[in-house]
This record gives sequence, C-alpha cells and structure tokens, in this order.
Amino acid sequence: MNIVVPVRLVPDLVEEINVDPGGTALDASWLRLIINEFDDHAIEQAILLKERGGGQVCILAPSVEGVDDVLFTAAAKGADRLVKLEGLTDVGLSSHALARALAPAIQALQPDLILTGVQAHTDLDGPVGPLIAESLGFPYVGYVASVTLQAGSASVRKEYPGGLVAGMEVRLPAVLGIQAAEKPPRYVAVSKVRQAMQTARIETQAAGEIDASGALAIQRMFQPEAAGRATMIDGEPAEVADRILEILRESGIV
Amino acid sequence: MALSAGSPPVASTSEAFFGKLYESKDGERIRRCLQCGDCSGVCPYGYLMEFPPSRMITRLRADEFDEVLASDAIWLCLSCYACTQVCPKQIPLTTSLMTRAKEELLLAGRVPAELQAALENSQRYGNVLGQSPRKRSEWAKGLTPPVPVLSKEHPSTEVLWFVGDYPSYHARVQGVSRALAKIFHALGVDYAILGADEVSDGDSQRLAGERGLFEMLASKNSQAFGKYKFFAIVTSDPHAYNAFKNEYPGLGISYPVWHHTEFLADHLDALRPLLTREVKARVAFHDPCYLGRANGIYEPPRELLGAIPGIELVEMAHNRTMSLCCGGGGGGMWLDGFHWEKAHTRTSEWRVQEARTAGADILAVACPYEPVRFEDAAKVVPGAEGLLVRDVAELLAEALGE
Repeated sequence: MNIVVPVRLVPDLVEEINVDPGGTALDASWLRLIINEFDDHAIEQAILLKERGGGQVCILAPSVEGVDDVLFTAAAKGADRLVKLEGLTDVGLSSHALARALAPAIQALQPDLILTGVQAHTDLDGPVGPLIAESLGFPYVGYVASVTLQAGSASVRKEYPGGLVAGMEVRLPAVLGIQAAEKPPRYVAVSKVRQAMQTARIETQAAGEIDASGALAIQRMFQPEAAGRATMIDGEPAEVADRILEILRESGIV
Repeated sequence: MALSAGSPPVASTSEAFFGKLYESKDGERIRRCLQCGDCSGVCPYGYLMEFPPSRMITRLRADEFDEVLASDAIWLCLSCYACTQVCPKQIPLTTSLMTRAKEELLLAGRVPAELQAALENSQRYGNVLGQSPRKRSEWAKGLTPPVPVLSKEHPSTEVLWFVGDYPSYHARVQGVSRALAKIFHALGVDYAILGADEVSDGDSQRLAGERGLFEMLASKNSQAFGKYKFFAIVTSDPHAYNAFKNEYPGLGISYPVWHHTEFLADHLDALRPLLTREVKARVAFHDPCYLGRANGIYEPPRELLGAIPGIELVEMAHNRTMSLCCGGGGGGMWLDGFHWEKAHTRTSEWRVQEARTAGADILAVACPYEPVRFEDAAKVVPGAEGLLVRDVAELLAEALGE
C-alpha cells in the first residue's frame, strides 16, 4: 500500500495577519507558516494505516519556509518518504493551481491512496482534494473521519453536518479528504525530530506547471469593517419585543 | 525460546531503566532505597498513584518495571520535591526516578492531550501559552518609565531580568511583572529584559519528560544571553531560577542568578525606607517548591514581607521544607483536566483551606504559577472567597505608595 499525503503550509493565525498594499493578498513579509491542521490529521491517519496494515507513507509539500520542520516531524512519526516541490512558494496560490501543480508529482509516486486535509483556511477557491482527484481521474470522498483498507478498496466513514454519518466504500486509488484522524495527531518528542533530521532525507522535485484557470479571482481582500448599522432598542421587555416584531414585519422576515 | 549462541543478551525494561537512572546525577543512589515508604506517604497524590515512588522502586528491583510504565498515574507527579526532601537516603527521586519515568512515556508518545498542547506550543512559539513570540514584551507597553529592552543599541545592563512565560503573557501574572518593574525603578536598578529574544526556560517541560525540548529552549536562551553583556540574571520564576542555577550549567550555560525575592532582600536596606504605605493584613507565605525545597530559599521572601508596615506574618500548617505544592509543577500546570479526572480535588484547594485556617487575609506567593492557581481555588473553597493572593513583589509595590 502506497499512501501519499500532499500537505500545505498556511499562515499561522497566532501571528498578526495583514493585507498587502495591493489589496488582493496577504502581506507575505510578516507571515509565519504552519501545517494546515487538517493535513496534520491526514498525516496521522496515514501513519495509523501504516501501523495497522503496513505500506509506505510519502509526504509531499510545497517548498516554503518551515517545510523542512514539517517533513522531519512527519518522518519522526513514521513517514517513509519526504518530497518537497520547488516553485510553489506563493502561499496564496489558488486551489486550482495547487492541485494541477501537485498532480504530476503525486502520479509519479504511483499511489494506492491519497490522503489530504479536507480543507484549509486559505481555501478561498474551494478545497484542493477534489481538484487533485479530478486532475488524476480518481474518485474522491471528503469529510472522512475513519479509514479501513481492504484489497482494492477502502471503507470510510464520512461525516455530514447535523451529526449524520455514512459508511462508504471507494475503489482504489482514491483521494480522501480527511476531516479528522481516528486519533488526535500524536506528540513526537523533540529528540525524535532531531534524530529524523540526522537520518531522513528530503527529496526535491520540480512542481508541475502553475495554471490557475478556473479559479476565482480575488477582487479585494480586507479586514472586517465595523459598520454603524446596529440599533439599540430601549424600553420595557414587552415594548422591546413589540418593536422587534414590527421591524421583522417591516423587513418581510415574518 | 533458546538464544542462538553468541547473540547479545537483551536488557529487560527494568535493566534498561536502571541504566538510564545511573546516567542522571546521583541516580545510582536508587540502590540505597530502604523501602521505608516515606516518599509515598509525603507525596500529595501518593494515595492515588498505582505506583508511588517506593513501589516504583520495588517493581524496578523485581524486574517488573513494564507494569509501572503501563500505568499513566505517573502524570500525577507534580515534581514538587516532597519525596526527595524526606528521603533518608538522599535519593534524587524527583530528578531521576520520576522524571526519567515520564521521559519513557513521552518517548513512547503517551502524553495526555492537554500537556501535548503545551509542549507543542513551547516548540513552535517558545512559550507554553501558544502566544506570538513577537508579543513577549507587550505587558510592558505604556509603562512609565519604560522597561528597557536589550538590543544592538542597548547591548549591556547590570541585571538581566528574565521575565518568563506566565509573567510575560498571562493577564493576571503580568501584574506581577509590572509591580517588579515599579520596584526596580524605585530602587534605581540598572536592568533590562530580552523582549522577543527570550523563550521559555523549559524547566517544567523537562520535568514533564521533554528533555529534548528543554535543551532546544536552553540553547535559544543561551544564544540570546550571548548577544549581550550583563552581570546577573534576576527572575520572578522559581522554575526559571532552578533551570539557570542547576540545569543550564550542565549544558555549558552559566550565569549568576537571583530569584527576585533573594535580589530584593539583598537590597532591603535601600528598599525599607521606601516602604511607606501600610498594608494592613495577616499574610501567610506559600513556599514555592522550586524556591524552597529545590533551592533552599525560605527566609528572603519572609524578610521582605516583614519589612512592609502593617503586615502580620502567619504560618500555614505546611511551611518551608514541608510546603504543599500549588499543583503546577512537573507539567501539572498543563494537566488540570487529567488531575481532576484522577483526583477530583486540587492541591491548590487544600492550600487555600490552610491559608484560611491560619487566619490569613492574603496568601503571599513568589512563583508565577501560583496567583492563577490559588485565586481559582479560593473561588470554590467555602470561607476562602475573600482571600487575596498576591506575589511578594505586588505587596512591596503596593507599600511603595505612589
């Protein structure tokens, strides 16, 4: 079983985020990147599958600042192969462009299963998983929270809003969008990451062509703006309730 | 199964663990254990542990240490030094046995989730609270006179104030930092802080079993120290104090260090005439584990409190070497849920109860873990609602008046 986990790094929201003077992207000079939380779960799910049934786990990531730490940490957890893709330095890259750039590298790894985070907070253009699946012609199931492998197929648990859960079977190779691994991502001691830095090797590959066609174009990016539209209603609770009802009627809501 | 001729014997878990104990300072003293059980009796959570210290040693000697490592009760250990303090054979139980056992669990990835978050935050942000490293000195914003920060333009100072994680970021403990800045100013101390160059001292992470993380943080602090000239480090955090005094030298990082109560008591002649405002209160002092038991400093905070006009010092049942841990040591600061699940009580509540029994109006502390823990406990201990928790520095700053 050859499991490939494409991951990406996203702006760390612990640090302040600013819009660049152009007004359509984040100011990259102050950004500090962190692994997309859902991708971290995808790595954990891949390692859990490897521990249960064997196989090889390959992590694939754009070559941006901080990527080596992400890859060595994955190696310390049990990933076998680490690949970073040159030429994908723009963190604001659209999901369409990212998926097309990742697809040839993923294909070259001849995967049986591709696990990736179901979403990222930089997904202004929709999640990347289905777009990768489309590029490769593989089936896709998203919002997956559990995976069991058998010959030629995977049984997955897909979560729906409202607490609904579906059991599904998908033929392999397939792309799964991981909502949550079966267990929270494990802690890996600093000494183990250091060991991985000594022993693991990061391969570098060129990313595919960057083609953003079909992606949404960002017209304007801005901080939420405070608007003065709220009206405070004074008075006794009954009067206030009457006034609220009146407003709702006036605006045609009730 | 017969071993093939010539294959090396495989060390059992117990044998391998013995080997690790011998690597730690005075670790071989484990062999002196009399099995008196004092360590287990004095341990605040000993009654809840499947394997309190003496029983851990029993299993180790019986070559059954696997059973000890299969239990997660070791995470109840607060690294409070109570066991080390009472051991008649001077076995360093806290630093060797308990810490090494936590290291084993941590390397096996068996870490309670809440502790994991604190360790990951320390790795990534250099502080356990997961705050932006760039905002480390924001607590000092707007203070007059401003708190000096070391930089290329200001590369030397007499006293390097190592602020620490909670005094830098925690809204309650930032008040202690502001109080200390006020006292330094009043005394005319030539001091400065590292600002964004400072990271967590790492001592509590080390005692929670994350040795590698401790070394990583120590090396970052060492780089920051190396950029500037100063004569001594002063810190309000006994855990940082312990790290700089007893652990960093082993990594080749050696500077004179003072706890703020030690430093201020040393300046008491200059400080005393400035303490003009009366603080009318009965005050009980809580000896922090890493100031008291771990480093033998008991009197300086009491001398400072005694110098404040109006304060009447009272002692709690557990004081000095017998002090009772606030619950924050050894990773306890990040294991509240785990401890509650196991114990359904908190040592901080027992302590607050003691302060109340001693008739104290104020529980004075000298460690950044404590204002938070004791104030939280006072909210739920009947009769302790009115108890105030104040760092010694806060009481001194109050007595300075304007």
